[in-house]
Amino acid sequence: MIEIILTKYNYWIYIILMMAGLYTIVAKGNLIKKVIGLNIFQTAVLLFYVSMSKIEGGTAPILMKGAEVLYDNPLPQVLMLTAIVVGVSVTAVALAIILLIYKAYGTIEEDQILEMNKHND
Amino acid sequence: MEIVHSSVPLYAVLVSLLAVFLIGVSGRYPNLRESWTLIAALTKFGLVLSMLPIILEGKVIEYHLVTVLPGLDIAFRVDALGITLALTASFLWILTSIYAIGYMRSLNEHAQTRFFMFFALALSAAMGSAFSANIFTLFVFYEIITVSTYPLVAHEENEDALKGARRYLAYLLGTSVFFLLPAIFLTYFYAGTLDFASQGILMGTASNTVIAIIFVLYMAGIAKAGMMPFHLWLPSAMVAPTPVSALLHAVAVVKVGVFTVIRVVLFIFGVDLLAEIGLGTYLAYFASFTIITASIIALRQDNLKLRLAYSTISQLSYIVLAVALLTPSGILSSVMHITIHAFGKITLFFVAGAIYVATHKKFISEMDGIGRQMPFTMGAFTVGALSMIAVPPVAGIVSKWYLTLGAIEADLLPILIVIIASTLLNAAYFLPIVYRAFFKEPASGEVGMKEAPAMVVVPLALTAIGTVVLFFWPNLIMELGKMVVALVV
Amino acid sequence: MIKHLPVLVIAIPLLAAIIIPIAGRINRVLSWYIATAVTFICFIISLSLLQTVLNEGRISYWMGGWEPPFGIEYVVDHLTVFVLIIVSFMAFMGTVYAKKSIDNEIGPHRTPIFYAIYLLFVTGLMGIVMTGDIFNIYVFLEITSIAGYTLIAVGKKRQSLVAGFNYLIMGTIGATFILLGIGYLYLMTGTLNIADLANRLPELYQTSAVITAFAILAIGLSIKVALFPVHIWLPNSYTFAPSVISAVMAATATKVGAYAMYRILFTVFTPAFFASLGFQVAHVLLVMAVIAILAGSILAVSQKDIKKMLAYSSVGQIGYIVLGVSLMTVTGLMGSMLHLLNHAVMKGSLFLAVGAVVYRYGITSIEGLRGMGKKMPVTMAAFTIAALSMIGVPLTVGFVSKWYLAVASIKVGMWYLIPVIMISSLLTAVYFWRVIDNIWFKAAEGEEHGHGHAVSTGTKAVEAPLSMLVPTLTVAVLCIVFGVLAFAPASLAEQAAMILLK
Repeated sequence: MIEIILTKYNYWIYIILMMAGLYTIVAKGNLIKKVIGLNIFQTAVLLFYVSMSKIEGGTAPILMKGAEVLYDNPLPQVLMLTAIVVGVSVTAVALAIILLIYKAYGTIEEDQILEMNKHND
Repeated sequence: MEIVHSSVPLYAVLVSLLAVFLIGVSGRYPNLRESWTLIAALTKFGLVLSMLPIILEGKVIEYHLVTVLPGLDIAFRVDALGITLALTASFLWILTSIYAIGYMRSLNEHAQTRFFMFFALALSAAMGSAFSANIFTLFVFYEIITVSTYPLVAHEENEDALKGARRYLAYLLGTSVFFLLPAIFLTYFYAGTLDFASQGILMGTASNTVIAIIFVLYMAGIAKAGMMPFHLWLPSAMVAPTPVSALLHAVAVVKVGVFTVIRVVLFIFGVDLLAEIGLGTYLAYFASFTIITASIIALRQDNLKLRLAYSTISQLSYIVLAVALLTPSGILSSVMHITIHAFGKITLFFVAGAIYVATHKKFISEMDGIGRQMPFTMGAFTVGALSMIAVPPVAGIVSKWYLTLGAIEADLLPILIVIIASTLLNAAYFLPIVYRAFFKEPASGEVGMKEAPAMVVVPLALTAIGTVVLFFWPNLIMELGKMVVALVV
Repeated sequence: MIKHLPVLVIAIPLLAAIIIPIAGRINRVLSWYIATAVTFICFIISLSLLQTVLNEGRISYWMGGWEPPFGIEYVVDHLTVFVLIIVSFMAFMGTVYAKKSIDNEIGPHRTPIFYAIYLLFVTGLMGIVMTGDIFNIYVFLEITSIAGYTLIAVGKKRQSLVAGFNYLIMGTIGATFILLGIGYLYLMTGTLNIADLANRLPELYQTSAVITAFAILAIGLSIKVALFPVHIWLPNSYTFAPSVISAVMAATATKVGAYAMYRILFTVFTPAFFASLGFQVAHVLLVMAVIAILAGSILAVSQKDIKKMLAYSSVGQIGYIVLGVSLMTVTGLMGSMLHLLNHAVMKGSLFLAVGAVVYRYGITSIEGLRGMGKKMPVTMAAFTIAALSMIGVPLTVGFVSKWYLAVASIKVGMWYLIPVIMISSLLTAVYFWRVIDNIWFKAAEGEEHGHGHAVSTGTKAVEAPLSMLVPTLTVAVLCIVFGVLAFAPASLAEQAAMILLK
């Protein structure tokens, strides 16, 4: 059991981070905190990709002429660049919407917003 | 059998569809609008009539319109059975149009453009049903009738009308979606085709249990035939203006219902298959139950239109009963009764409308002595009533005669008792009206002639005469009926 | 040039999305012209791709000339063009419609940005459909989604912001799950090309990593297609989005989600994979679909707001699409795909018609539609056609897909699905008839008329402007065209289904 945890610790870390992020999204009423949770949730997956590209004894995948070196797999890392961009965009849109919500409702607490919507309907 | 390919059936369907459009755009000019209705009615009848000689030569007319999906075609096939319904409906549409114009104008009804548009649309669909070459096409037109008559039933737009119309729709759509469509679907699945064939298409395709299930689904699904327990839509539909009740709920809609039953019984299942399983007998008893029960309910109705509605329910089951006997005379009777009952019942409804136009009376209890005010109208009523009861020299006796023969051929003596009982019941709920109209004193000083306008009275006089004529010269419909019998037995 | 059509269909709207804000600086209306032209070109390209596929079969386009699986491959087959045409056509209709509607709903000064984001949204949808690379699907999915969040949030009411935000949260969770699932697949196979994945996966079917990957992907996709019970983002989004966005999203976004589902369920994984699993994935999907169909319809019945009613009805209709998938037969998939098309035109025209009412009267309550038939007869006729279609009346598109789904269910012996389809059709009839009743048979407030009077209520017909009326009617007419000439889409869907199940 301990062995599983130790040898695959990268999996455990990403799973714990993911769950933490998910918990924050669900449990927190503050919209900014939800976005933070979302970021943690996404970052967990980034870590998962990057950790799986790591090869024991490998080095950064920069071509070194002549030398016989073991490279890490560069593809997941490149993919994650894209995923990071996606994450940043989502965060930007989310923050922009939060800003507008604050202007429209005067609050960014979910329960208060829902309360106001109920009266509006 | 020789097949003639022709697009006349399509035109016969389309002519009133074109009228729908023309009526719609000329809504501001009532005279022009009404002339479209009349022109369409006459043209339609002419087109149907032009096909009659071909049918009488023993040929059928086919027209394939479009294949929706493999096995699902919209196609027309005119045979003796179809043309009987088409002739009846299109002929009576002419008279009803005249009547409707008189009726709607006398009462200064609102939304007349909508009324005539949907009326024409319903007729298109009725024609399409009559000419359907397969059960899918029939189903499509069946549904179009339901939807297109909804605005007619809801015409008054008051609480009652909307409630009645909603129930109308709920019954007809509900049953057709829940029972008829699955039945068609299972037919498609087992038989691989939906085309009507004179010996049926389900023979040997599925086990008896499955066949029985499909049969029950069909019979429950065709609520337009008014068989109990799915008959309540018909009384609900009586909130409609009387021309609607007359043509649609005594002729087009309900006759399409029983027509569908006949089609399904004879051309989907086939006489042999049903006789083998014995389903016909069950259906006969089921229809008998409706005949008697509806007659008893009719006895207790004070609203004239409601009494007529229950009488319709009972009379429709005659047709179902007749075809369920699966004997030559039975089938002949069912085909003939489509036309004969149509003439009789439309007269009765016309009368109810005429009374309403002239006196605004709806209830039988208010009609004391009304025959003295409206002698022509009530004379026609008497003729119609006699046809319902089946008294010579009015046409009703003709089909009932063959029904009786059919019951004897089928060796189902209890059915004879049903026929006798229902005849007595018919007499019991019609003759008091006649008596009240002619022999009771009017309530208070209502004397002198007070007939409805000519446009209302003339059509009902004509249909009454038609009912008598059909007694003396039933040759045409009998010929057509015999052709159907020759085809399927 | 012709050779590059597969990439142009994505590149053109993408580039236009950048140009439009600049063009909007010069002249606001110019941005609309560009957007309309671009979506129209995309539609034409889709049609030409259809022709090519029908004549020559599958097209494989190598991005930058790199050979797959090393480079990114774009694949155009029957399924691709089927969905592509739906998306590009509805996008085109949407832009035509948007001109008046968007000016009215979000204010003229924001329109150039709106069209830019709209084209990004379309780019993403096209990309998902075209690409043969699973990671690309994720990227395009996010392009679409991020654009979608924004488009929803610009709605007129402030609730639209909350709806957009909630969609953003749910959508991102879904997308992250998909990303994670893709990661597992890559971990096991070392490839991202869908065709290559399909080749390498079979020998790994038993490994827990692949099974995990499937489960995670399934969760992510369910969120994206809004399968009950993870549909919760959908009703509010569709309700508060600008009318044209409700229409286009209902017609395209969930459809493309379903497309991604087809690809992942049937091309990446295969029925053989499901057979190798210990439990029946198909049955799980089936149960979910049935619950979605019934729950969506029941929830729709109780709505007072017409847009919300349509949104819940979408939840039910998505159930139909998944139902067809869960049967895992050619006929079932055909039913599912036809429903993709059919639901796109039906719900598209319904939302467009409602948008016209919003434009003229600002009404979205069902009660408020009373007497609308006299005021906007043409729009309401389009609504009625589409509503009848939703109910599944024969000769409309709704009937065709339900027929196929029924045939498919009984072919695999699941006759009990037929009552489900019927009950939901009946519920659909109930909630639409309520609306139709109001539109045609009830007088508007204060215009009640007594019996016996010729109607002269004085309400003048104030139809929607032509630029809104034409798309609405066109889409509504398609409900009938594809209902009568159903064999055309059906034969395309059949080939697409056979490709998926080969």
